[in-house]
Amino acid sequence: MPVHSDHAAGHHPALAHHFQDLDQQKDTTWLAMWVFLATEIMFFGGLFLAYVIYRSTYPDAFAIASNALDVKMGLGNTFVLIISSFTMAMSVYSAQVGKKTNLIAFLILTLILGGTFLGVKYFEYKDKFEHGLVPGRHFDFASHHDPKTGAAIEHGASSSSHGESSHSETGDKKPLREIQIFFSLYFAMTGLHAFHMIIGAGLLIWLIGLSAKNTFSKEYNSPVELVGLYWHFVDIVWIFLFPLLYLIGRHHH
Amino acid sequence: MSVTTVPQQQEQENYLTAGYSLQSWFLTYDHKRIAWLYLASITAMFFIGGIFAALMRLELMTPASDLFEPDNYNKLFTMHGIVMVFFFIIPAVPAVLGNFLLPLMLGAKDVAFPKLNLLSWYVYIAGATFTIYTIVAGGVDTGWTFYTPYSTSSSQTHVVPVVLGLFITGFSSILTGLNFMVTIHRMRAPGLTWFRLPLMVWSLYATSIIQILGTPVIAVTLMMAGLEKIFKLGIFDPALGGDPVLFQHLFWFYSHPAVYIMIVPGMGVINEVVTCFSRRSIFGYRAIAFANVGFVIFSFVVWGHHMIVAGQSVYSALIFSILSYLVGIFSAIKVFNWTATMYKGSISYDTPMLYVFGFQGLFLIGGLTGLFLSALGFDVHVHDTYFVVAHFHYVMVGGLVMAFMAGIHFWWPKMTGKMYPESIAKFAMILVFSGFNLTFFPQFVLGYLGMPRRYASYTDEFQLLNIMSTAGGSVLGLGFTLGVVYMVWSLFYGKAVNSNPWKATGLEWEKASSPPIVENFHETPIVTEDPYNYANRDFIKDFPQELSKEVNARA
Ligand code: HEM
Ligand SMILES: [Cu+2]
Repeated sequence: MPVHSDHAAGHHPALAHHFQDLDQQKDTTWLAMWVFLATEIMFFGGLFLAYVIYRSTYPDAFAIASNALDVKMGLGNTFVLIISSFTMAMSVYSAQVGKKTNLIAFLILTLILGGTFLGVKYFEYKDKFEHGLVPGRHFDFASHHDPKTGAAIEHGASSSSHGESSHSETGDKKPLREIQIFFSLYFAMTGLHAFHMIIGAGLLIWLIGLSAKNTFSKEYNSPVELVGLYWHFVDIVWIFLFPLLYLIGRHHH
Repeated sequence: MSVTTVPQQQEQENYLTAGYSLQSWFLTYDHKRIAWLYLASITAMFFIGGIFAALMRLELMTPASDLFEPDNYNKLFTMHGIVMVFFFIIPAVPAVLGNFLLPLMLGAKDVAFPKLNLLSWYVYIAGATFTIYTIVAGGVDTGWTFYTPYSTSSSQTHVVPVVLGLFITGFSSILTGLNFMVTIHRMRAPGLTWFRLPLMVWSLYATSIIQILGTPVIAVTLMMAGLEKIFKLGIFDPALGGDPVLFQHLFWFYSHPAVYIMIVPGMGVINEVVTCFSRRSIFGYRAIAFANVGFVIFSFVVWGHHMIVAGQSVYSALIFSILSYLVGIFSAIKVFNWTATMYKGSISYDTPMLYVFGFQGLFLIGGLTGLFLSALGFDVHVHDTYFVVAHFHYVMVGGLVMAFMAGIHFWWPKMTGKMYPESIAKFAMILVFSGFNLTFFPQFVLGYLGMPRRYASYTDEFQLLNIMSTAGGSVLGLGFTLGVVYMVWSLFYGKAVNSNPWKATGLEWEKASSPPIVENFHETPIVTEDPYNYANRDFIKDFPQELSKEVNARA
């Protein structure tokens, strides 16, 4: 194909042919990233909306269900993520000042922390599977005890008409179906979040490869900045997920 | 002459001659070629959807359900709706005309992210593949709205693959919207300020915002529905503790704005065509530009008018009803401004302009009946009758498809360098217009008289009107088929045109050759005047009534 570019001579290797200069290219990719994050907010927003509606419709069931989550693992992961946000910020800084070794080191650290998060998530999910807490035909909350009252939660005592969850204060008969909804949302929301983490990990590996090849410099580092933005966004989603799923209603009684 | 006519060297390479291999088409990053990929795909989908429509109309010729079992009829209207809405109407103007024109109108070499652009076409194809697979595997019967709990619990048909297909297709729409929005912000030529943008660009901008904010919501909704179907989760099924009304809220939060994804770009096309064939600057440029913004805002707050009988409180219904009236204001602004533009203009009746007239008339009927439907009492009366079917076909087919036809005829010479045969095109336009009215006008009456939608059978008294409707459907189908035939014909045998056969304003006409070169412009254009400055063009006086004559003379 013929190249009709008036800027063909001596431009930066990272400059795509249809942009005038690196500044325009950078502005463009930044804007795109922000717009993309707006779509992400709407995407998670649908789930958050469903969560808020069911949380307010079935407060008791949700409180019981959230007590079955492992706060220690959740809290641990929250710390891991916050630290990874910091290391990611350091990678961006290192890229901006052009320190290649630091950049690679911080990217690897971030990757390790992200991997840790996913590892913990794996064990958490495994635990839920083993205890029959995965919604579906084999859902089984019966073996679970209400951590507050110690009473077993019975099958079949559900109230199917919505807005009318069990008002029993002792917690001996709890609507199983509503608990199931909690776990549906738990898996949907944390699953979607974990999926974003996996993509983030892939992006980090890609960045590490690029940095090793000396792609980034003080002048050109927007991929690092953009992945950083993405990573922080995913962290922020977790910052909302953690209290909503693990904390609210823990001492509900 | 102040018109810059780009020198047309015969042997000069353009984007069509820049490569002939399959690879040069299927791995292209050129927005103009991607527009062609979309054009071919949506045309195919349009005819697939059309076949379903034809089968439905055949069934409805007689009162009994004799051609199809009711179950199969359910699948027909479901597949028709899905294919037409998600695979034809939504991508039609943005993905075909938008892709082709946006960079040209902005004076840019390409969209901001050419690879992403190609990716979005592949994503579309992946989504379409799932849908076609479902058709072959036996179809879906939920209606294109997938209302729960029917779709998640009762239906025994292939809900999951379709939902997955639509989930995927949604990303194609999001990616296109994102790409366009960023392109409009960052890729404008020097001097091209916001208020010098062609109104088509404003429309595409508004559409992009809706795509970006709305589509993720439907994606996640369909995801939840799919998961519920597979794992019996109970998010929407009341028997499992869920809430079906929540599904409707989420669904219409997207699908009402989606109506504007369909119609707003069409209105963008109308702006361009109206001014060109009236030889006047558009009346009320800013009002139209801001009306687009109004559409965006209001489209997100009226979804509840689809749920007036779905069990929301009377107060919500009232509020949604009132808000819905407000949306009418923005359509009215546009329709009035187009009419004012034509007033005292020197109008020429070429095919694109005929489609604009078609659009004006049909969209007006569609829009006004939409106001009827926003009235609570009336909606309760005609809810889920053929009145609604007629209404949305007037808006979608009478509105968007007319606009699309106007646009494709208008820019065809730019896209191909060839002129379509004008008199055959006019004939086809008349077929489409009269076929359309014959098909759908009787349906208003049918609905008002009480014929419900989505049934394969009806009582005898409705037969006459149904026969009219089916007859109209055949005329309509004929008109569209003829369109495809002469368009393809003109690719090979059409008369060659110069860079600006309509003598229109706009960078794509005045600064780019027909067809444009690969990088669109030989040098980046600099914009120094407002759009639609027809008054400042010398040729306004001797503008030929029948442009085709001039084209013939040239060839
Ligand atoms: C761009 C073109 C078109 C679009 C976007 C479109 C869209 C739709 C949609 C969304 C539905 C609703 C499906 C449902 O009820 O779930 C529908 C139904 C229907 N359409 Fe179309 N349509 C188009 C063209 C046509 C044509 C050309 C015909 C007839 C020749 C037609 C005949 C019908 C019929 C008979 C129904 C069934 C209504 C019912 O039983 O509920 N459509 N269409
Ligand atoms: Cu609506």
